[in-house]
Formats: sequence, C-alpha cells, structure tokens
Amino acid sequence: MTTSTPRPLPASIDDTLKLLTAGQYVGDRSLATVLFLALKMGRPLFLEGEAGVGKTEIAKVLAQTLGRKLIRLQCYEGLDISAAVYEWNYAAQMIAIRLGEAEGSTDRGRLEHDVFSERFLIKRPLLQALEPSAAGAPVLLIDELDRTDEAFEAFLLEVLADYQVTIPELGTVKAEHPPIVIITSNRTREIHDALKRRCLYHWVGYPDAERELSIVRTRVPGIDQTLSAEIVHFVQRLRRLELFKAPGVAETLDFATALSELDVVALDPATVSDTLGVLLKYQDDIARLDGTKVKELLDDVRAQMKAAE
Amino acid sequence: MVVAHLISAMPDRLPPSRLATLADLPLKGGGETEQSSADTAAPGRLAENIVYFARALRAAGIPVGPGSVMDALEALRVAGITNREDFYWTLHAVFVKRHEHTILFDQAFRIFFRKRAYFDQLMAMMLPQVVPQPDNAPPPPAAKRVLDAMFKSQQKPADEKKKEVEIDARLTVSDREVLEKKDFAQMSAAEIAEARQAIARLVLPLDEVKTRRLKVSPHGHMIDLRRTLRSSMKAGGAVIDLKYLGPRTRQPPIVALLDISGSMSQYTRLFLHFLHAVTDARKRVSTFLFGTRLTNVTRALKQKDPDEALAACSGGVLDWSGGTRIAPSLAAFNRDWGRRVLGQGAVVLLITDGLEREPGNQLGFEMDRLHRSCRRLIWLNPLLRFEGFEAKASGIKVMLPYVDELRPIHNLNAMKDLCRALSSDGDGKAEAKYWLNKVA
Repeated sequence: MTTSTPRPLPASIDDTLKLLTAGQYVGDRSLATVLFLALKMGRPLFLEGEAGVGKTEIAKVLAQTLGRKLIRLQCYEGLDISAAVYEWNYAAQMIAIRLGEAEGSTDRGRLEHDVFSERFLIKRPLLQALEPSAAGAPVLLIDELDRTDEAFEAFLLEVLADYQVTIPELGTVKAEHPPIVIITSNRTREIHDALKRRCLYHWVGYPDAERELSIVRTRVPGIDQTLSAEIVHFVQRLRRLELFKAPGVAETLDFATALSELDVVALDPATVSDTLGVLLKYQDDIARLDGTKVKELLDDVRAQMKAAE
Repeated sequence: MVVAHLISAMPDRLPPSRLATLADLPLKGGGETEQSSADTAAPGRLAENIVYFARALRAAGIPVGPGSVMDALEALRVAGITNREDFYWTLHAVFVKRHEHTILFDQAFRIFFRKRAYFDQLMAMMLPQVVPQPDNAPPPPAAKRVLDAMFKSQQKPADEKKKEVEIDARLTVSDREVLEKKDFAQMSAAEIAEARQAIARLVLPLDEVKTRRLKVSPHGHMIDLRRTLRSSMKAGGAVIDLKYLGPRTRQPPIVALLDISGSMSQYTRLFLHFLHAVTDARKRVSTFLFGTRLTNVTRALKQKDPDEALAACSGGVLDWSGGTRIAPSLAAFNRDWGRRVLGQGAVVLLITDGLEREPGNQLGFEMDRLHRSCRRLIWLNPLLRFEGFEAKASGIKVMLPYVDELRPIHNLNAMKDLCRALSSDGDGKAEAKYWLNKVA
C-alpha cells in the first residue's frame, strides 16, 4: 500500500484495464474508458451507484496500483471547513500567546503573524491533497458526497475549479500537481448539475454474472468452483426480484466468504435461509424469501446453469 | 423517421466563427488509419459531427452545453479511439451526467451513428452521411422514448405560438392556462384565476430544523475558538473575549405526492399551482404525480412561470383523470425514489382522497414503509371538506394508522392552515388518531 515510487499514468484504455486487473479489480471497458479519460484530462471522476457496487474500491485500487497516497474525505451531515480543509490548533495558539505575554512582547502585528503561521495549522484532507508530495499527486477520494449538504458542494466546486484554497490568515494554497479526484455518491439525493458538469460521470451498476463470478473468484481465493457459480447466479436471480434493497457486490462477497468459512459445498435452501441476513438487509425482503421461495429460486438457478453448460 | 428528419432539418452550417474554433482541434494520437487520413481529410468533420450529435442529444432531452462539446473533442483526442465501443464510452463519459440519461444517450447514439460503415467513415473523418434511412428495420425497444423526446421538444415552439394566438382572441379571459388533457368543470374561470393569485400570495412557512452545522450566535452554546482568538488578538492577547456558536437551522425538504386520478381532477390543477408556489419559495421540493403510474415532475415545476410549469407537467403525464392505483404508485415511489429524496428529514405531503378500489395488504405495507422513511407524513385529503367526514372507506381506513396528520385541502383557507401547520407540530385535530377514534 505505501509504495513511495509513483508509477506513470496508463497510456491507453487497455493499459487502464490492465491496471485495474493488477489491483484485483474486475472492471469493464466502460469504466476503464472513463477512468482513463479522467486521468488524462485531469478531471474529477464522479461515480454514482447503489451501495456496495465497489465505487470506493476504485479509488483504493487506483492509489495502490499507481503508488500514490490515498487521501479520503468521508462526507457527513454538517461537514464544515474545519473538518474538511483546515483548522487552527487553538490550544497551541493560546499557549503561544501566553508565552508572548510572559516575554513581555506587546507587538500585536508580530504576535498575530506568529500565531497564525503554518506551525499552528492542522491540515484536513482537502488541504493535504493540495500539498506537493514526493509520491506524485495523491488520489483524493471524496466519499458519499450525497451525505453532506449543498453548501459543501458549492465549496467543493470552488476547490475543484482551481485546485486551490484560501486561508485568510495565511494566504492561498495552490496545488502544483492537481490530485486525482474520485467522488462517489449513493444517490440519496441529487447532486447539483454544476458540480457534475465539471466531472466525468459514470454509473457503477451491478455486474453481469460472468464479471461477478470473476470478482468472487478473485476476492475469495480458494472458493469452490461450483459453489461460487451457484452463489453468483443465485444473487443475480435475487436482483431480478423486486426487493427494497437488492444485494450489492459487497454482499455477494460477504455471502461467498461466509459459505466458504462454513465449508458449504453446494447451496441448499436451509443454509441459504440461515445466512440470508448476509445478503439482504431489510426485514421485509427477508420475510418475502421463505423456505419454499428460496427452494424455487435455487431450482431455477440450477436449471439455468445446466442449460448454460 | 422522425430523428433522421430532425437531424437533417438542422441548419447546414454553423456560425463560421464557432466552426473554425472547433475545426482547429487536430485529431492526433489515434491508430494508424486516423493518422494517414488526418493528413488528407479535413479534421473539422469530426468536430462538426460531434456538434450535430450534441444537438441531437439536446433535442432528446439531455442538457448538453457547448462546454461538453469541447470536452468531447478533447476526450476523443486523448483517448485515441480505435473501435466503436471506446468511441461510445468516451462520448458517454462526457455527455451523460445522470444515470437516467444513459438510455436516451444509447438510443441517440444508435440512431445517429446507425450504419457501421458510417462509423468507420467517421473514424476516417470522411463526409458524414446523416441522410434519412429507409425505415424497414423494426425500431429498437427504447427508441420510442428518444423519438418522443425529440419530437416533443421540436413541437414546443409551435405550441407556444398557438397559445399566443389564443390569448389575443380571448382578450380578457384569464383561463389561458387551462391544461388541455383533463376536465375542470366545476369552477368558473374567474374563480380559478382568483384562487391562483391567492395561492401565489400565500406566505410559506419557515419551518426549520436544526442541522449539525454551526453559525455565529451570541446566545449559542459552543465557544467559537477561531473568532475568540482573532478578537483577543485585538487586545494583544491580554483579554480573551469569548464568542459563541449555535446550531444553524434550515428548512427540511418537502416531497409532495399528488393524486391526479379522476376523483381528484377538480383539485389537481390548483394543487399544482400550490406546489409550484411552494417549489418557487423553497429550495428542496420534489413533486410526484400518480394515477395509475408515478411521474416525477420536479424539474417541470421549477420553471418560474406557473403556466409554463404546469404545461410542462401535463406534457409528461399520461394518466390524467384516469383510475387510481395508490398502492402500486406508492410501491414505485418507495422503491425508486424513497432513498433518493427522503433523506435529511423530509416532510411528505400525500395529497389523495384515498379512494382505492381494492386496498389489499400492499397498501398498508407501502404506507408503513413511506411513514418509516420520512420525518413527517401529512395526508391532505379534499374529502375532509364534507361535514361529518368519517374514515369509512376501506382505503382510508387502511392508510390512516400510518400518517402523522390528516388535513383538509379543499379551499384556500385549508391551504393557509396547511402552511401554518407546516411550521408547527399541528393541533390535535389534525392527528390521524383523532379520525381513527371518531370512526371507532
């Protein structure tokens, strides 16, 4: 993870795809295209999609494979400048003032200059991302932007336009090399068009069976071939039901790991019913899938797999 | 073919200045074929095609600005396109900014770059052939939506013109905003106009909830260290003058679900005016219409002029004055929109008479889910205008236990009451329990 040598950016879409694969991320070509363009054009990448489809993972893999530092800003309601950009170390400042007093210094201008210097500045993710780094421009992950409010979005717009922030007491900090910015959203509210316009947009959807299978086999090494195929087809079948919250890829991986830990070799209705809580997170959804329904689905899945062979 | 017609109907030439700037962008770094042909063919052809394609997208309803066209050209330049799929996703990355636009983009792309050979030609930067195609192949599944979208925006100017003529002819008659697709028999035009103006004058409540964000407040409960330190600098640090912060408040989002079925048709238009006034005055208001299916008209209502907003609303809705299927509509809302618009403590206004013909288990289930997903669920029922209203209809009985408040909304006074109610927790009479007890 903490590689200090930055690797060059991929030179083509194919290279980008290889890069993702090297980071154990099984992506499709559309993702590689948009990622390549974002890197090449120096634009932020805006990833939207349901929870648990691997949006955050893209940033992590990117940082890891490019040998860059990953700076993560997790958004939440009430996120403000002091948590996102910078804050002054007030305690240290007060001590400095007291010391100044004790020394008998009365020059107000000098005191102010001393107290509001970089020494007392606590840097938060956005400011950190603008700093020069030996490992090259970092990857800045702004996670779940939809959780914060419009005011922060507007501020972010300003930062992303010029890659600079102004600290009134200190001056303007401008990034020498703009960071690689990845923004994710779960779409619990609509992000303003102005911000989206500045970014390249990509919708991260649920993968198809083939890709999901290779994701499971990559991420849960040593899993049984038949079991993994059954799990993936079962989950794919579940997503076609009208559930309140369809299981994401993260849930599939949890399910696969759980069954693999339990030394299950093939899916049977009883095991599935017992472990359904790993896949479905709403009681209504779980209640809909009783024993007979699960059996029906499993039979369906087996028939489908047989037909595919 | 409508699209082909539309595309061919576009002006042949762009303003020379803009064309020149686009044509100046060289196309480099691609495959060998591109390199060789770039020397001979005019590189401006690709730019021109992208401009045309952007227009087609705009016509289909995807907001594409000139900035995106420049982005697209740059993206194509850096990506070094060699195959159709990359070309598709490169344009997709630049032009599509919303998930629901993907399907429109897909169709527009297919129609625009229909012939495979044409794509190759484009790659070789030859003259485009956007001529109408003989219409013998069956249209792909989602084509209709794109065609509709393109068709609609094409027809719009004609509509507006027609409206103007009407106004001239009628002179002083003030019901020019009559929505075409539904009946509105019971109120006279004068009454409607009056009511409309009154609605526009309604003072909307400033109901506010505390957020976790802080603001300067002399009576706040937290010390603002930053300002405290700054102000203490004034005295050279000798005196520390404490400054305080308090919580910032903001208006919670409002989500309105408006029933537009036949039994509600006398009210829908005025309610839409009301919702337009609300949308105009507040920041986060989402409006959905439902009869037999659910339609999101939030964007349409954001237009400043109420008449245009309402016309835009009715344009997108197919089930005016039809039947009601409350449960499936609520299910669709819960499934597709609940998580997207009910965040951050939303207040839901459910405007319906609750006359569901066959309220099954689903209605209660979906109401329960809706109630649990929002901060406050207010049911506005025009049936409450009748003296001695009792919750007897089975649909109403099923829905009542899940709402926080039940209020009338049949006249202006009721609307005013609602405005007042939004800012407080309401009186006991509005509580759903009151009506449940009354029936028991």
